[in-house]
Amino acid sequence: MSARNEFEREFFEGGEWTPPGGWQFDRRDFLRLFGGGIFVGLASGPALAQESGRSFGGHPLPKDVGAWLHIAADGGVKVFTGKVEGGQNIRTSLAQQVAEELRAPFDTIEMVMGDTALTPYDMGTFGSRSTPTMGPQLRTMAAAARQMLIESAAARWGVDEATLVAADGKVTDPKTKRSLSYGEITRGENLVKVVSSDEALTPASDWKIAGTAVPKAHGRDFVTGKHVYPSDVVRPGMLFGAVLRPDGFNAKLKSIDTSAAEKLPGVKVVRDGDFTGAVAADRITAQHAAKAIKANWEVPGQPGNKDLFDVLKSGSGNDGEARPQHVAGSVAQAMDGADIKLEEQYTVQYIAHAPLEPRAAVAEWNGDKLTVWTGTQRPFGVRDELVQAFGIPEENVRVIQPDMGSGYGGKHTGEAALEAARLARAAGKPVKLEWTRREEFTWAYFRPAGVIEIRAGARRDGELVAWEHHNYNSGNAGIGTPYNVANQIIQYHPVESPLRQGSYRSLAAAANHFARESAMDSLAHQAAMDPLEFRIKNLSDPRLIAVFRAAAERFGWGRVKSTSERGFGIAGGTEKGGYVATCAEVAIDPTTRQVRIRRVVQAWESGAIVNPDGLRNQVSGAIVQGIGGALFEQILFADGRIQNAAFAQYRLPRFSDVPQIEVVLLDRKDLPSAGAGETGIVGLAPAVGNAMFAATGVRPRGLPMAPRTAAPGQPEPRLRS
Amino acid sequence: MGKFVLNVNGASVSVDAAPDESLLYVLRDQLQLTGTKYGCGGGQCGACTVLLDGRATRSCLTLVAAAAGAKIVTIEGLEHGGRLSEVQQAFLDEGAFQCGYCTSGMILSATSLLRGKRNPSDDEIVAGMNGNVCRCGTYPRILAAIKRAAQLKAQGAGR
Repeated sequence: MSARNEFEREFFEGGEWTPPGGWQFDRRDFLRLFGGGIFVGLASGPALAQESGRSFGGHPLPKDVGAWLHIAADGGVKVFTGKVEGGQNIRTSLAQQVAEELRAPFDTIEMVMGDTALTPYDMGTFGSRSTPTMGPQLRTMAAAARQMLIESAAARWGVDEATLVAADGKVTDPKTKRSLSYGEITRGENLVKVVSSDEALTPASDWKIAGTAVPKAHGRDFVTGKHVYPSDVVRPGMLFGAVLRPDGFNAKLKSIDTSAAEKLPGVKVVRDGDFTGAVAADRITAQHAAKAIKANWEVPGQPGNKDLFDVLKSGSGNDGEARPQHVAGSVAQAMDGADIKLEEQYTVQYIAHAPLEPRAAVAEWNGDKLTVWTGTQRPFGVRDELVQAFGIPEENVRVIQPDMGSGYGGKHTGEAALEAARLARAAGKPVKLEWTRREEFTWAYFRPAGVIEIRAGARRDGELVAWEHHNYNSGNAGIGTPYNVANQIIQYHPVESPLRQGSYRSLAAAANHFARESAMDSLAHQAAMDPLEFRIKNLSDPRLIAVFRAAAERFGWGRVKSTSERGFGIAGGTEKGGYVATCAEVAIDPTTRQVRIRRVVQAWESGAIVNPDGLRNQVSGAIVQGIGGALFEQILFADGRIQNAAFAQYRLPRFSDVPQIEVVLLDRKDLPSAGAGETGIVGLAPAVGNAMFAATGVRPRGLPMAPRTAAPGQPEPRLRS
Repeated sequence: MGKFVLNVNGASVSVDAAPDESLLYVLRDQLQLTGTKYGCGGGQCGACTVLLDGRATRSCLTLVAAAAGAKIVTIEGLEHGGRLSEVQQAFLDEGAFQCGYCTSGMILSATSLLRGKRNPSDDEIVAGMNGNVCRCGTYPRILAAIKRAAQLKAQGAGR
């Protein structure tokens, strides 16, 4: 196991620890827990910063500390943040930023993440917030720590601190050439400081560690199988659990017979309200037991794919009074005067996140204290769910999030954690529960389905004059147009969704960009303009124009004309501080009507690049994930049941689906770094759809655009993938 | 329950398991070889891939009884004396992962592929690896890593 676990042992078994809900420990606690050193906390409130330094006198520190950092006598730096790592590489990119400001080698920084007992409260890892918000917070703390180290060295040498230089984990006096390592300075010190966010930070143009392609932290553990994922956690005396699932959504239990299951050796059946599960010493017995439970369910009639879009459209009746969130000018008037008019409806089906590691949890009770190891993007949210479910105080619950097998927005909730905790409480022993793929496909939540309606008008010369965008159910993100249009109505219509739904990479920005950028392509075609020039004509945001130009240049946009067997498309947009433009080339087999994406060029800009290699990986991965939702991924469902709850039926992008991918990164060192895990997915579907249109003259208006078979209620796709 | 003797990563181990127990869960739950992952339980994603007598095999579909007598190699068995295999090294060099959950299966499938084909073309790699899913979408890097591994192996053999 890693150093982190040894550290935890020290930290926890050393004595009492008041967790961060009521985070206040005094000097003695500090000494006991850390054995001295330098400790820097970042106050999240503006007025809370206090200079404690050497005069720290046992006063409690402010409760709302957003992150903290400790430098030990061996020079090792531990940084504590509630953010979690699920493949997006922030364990590495955040550590780079700390190393940069601290002027310490990258490998001296250890990130302690996503553990409700060790790290400050954090809402969760979503919305591309880690880089723009946690990054500057950690940099601020690291800059403050560096200053403390310099001051400490200056005091020891009796020199002016302004003459000293911090670099490579040392403070050096350039005059005398003497130097002290951070460990040497820290040894014997007991410095505590809480800082606010007004430290001067190193500009990106001067970065030496941030801004470089540092390899993934602990990368070796991922190629040797040593990394411990949530589903790999083992506790002494641990049992295995399995859960009885209803026959369908919204099912009512009519009768249940657990006697056969209870007769199995070593099996305990657990019933707790609507919840029924089984535990046993080994996994297969627990699974046999759950299968041996005879339950009769009544599953009510429910919508399916067949009537999905009608349901979504008519389900919006409830918000008839709701006002659009954005109105400008008069769309009606402008449409009357427009030379070119368009009115189109787009649809998107539900899709599944399908993280390769399904939900998993190990729960362990110690009296009325509960510890759960689980894969989640919101460890503190899962803690709250556990507190509520079991009616125990917050400080009795610890949720630990070992770096998990991805999430993509799909792991905000704590279902497996709750179920494992229920089973463990009844069994009186730690219990591991791993969801099966079928459970993950059925009982997690989905990327929302939606209906999007666009009405737009332009003048003959290509100037947009009217834009109306209605999104039913799929969401708000990325709904506003980046193009200049004087007359606008933009409205999101929340609807009661037939299936459980939630966050997904970029939220609704992928769906809204698909509709908007497809409609823009239609307008360009009607205006007989090049789709790129039509967009540029209606844009003034230089960052968006820059990515469009960069993608087009690398792609060779406009150099070759589309034919019936080879189409080119372009699309782009901006969301959450990221700017993206995507060019796609598709090949169409005239006899089989099979469409294949041959080449994708994507330009990306999100301010100053923290790690170009990690960023490239994220942007390229978003393109590949986008292929699934664009061409073939869709949840098939009817009567409260998912009909394709397996990889054999729910097609995922595979090696054979991957085109030639070229990522063009624009590094804006003059701009703050934005998150890059999500928005890279929004350009692919419309760029591919526009390429399909360019080749065939038929515009795909539903995601997925080219499934092998149509979902019930949908026309047969003209092209198949 | 039955007793089975398995040869795992060069060592002979005796396990008690139900006859319908999969090799995957004997490795994970009994032998604590958790580098082998569950992804789908149906042989459709490749996360559980191990080598059986050198050939990539889905351990989730392999009954423990069927694995007895074969030489089983898991991701934990590829490193020798602190030295990574060429395929492991190439994945590390190329940064061919994001969350890393598919990586063990990818590496073992690639190891098997490179046993059969020393210098596979892109098409051969795609055909050989198409049963392995990377939901993070790092396929282009994995492809590059496999080509790099082929080079590393060729260099190693030439020494």
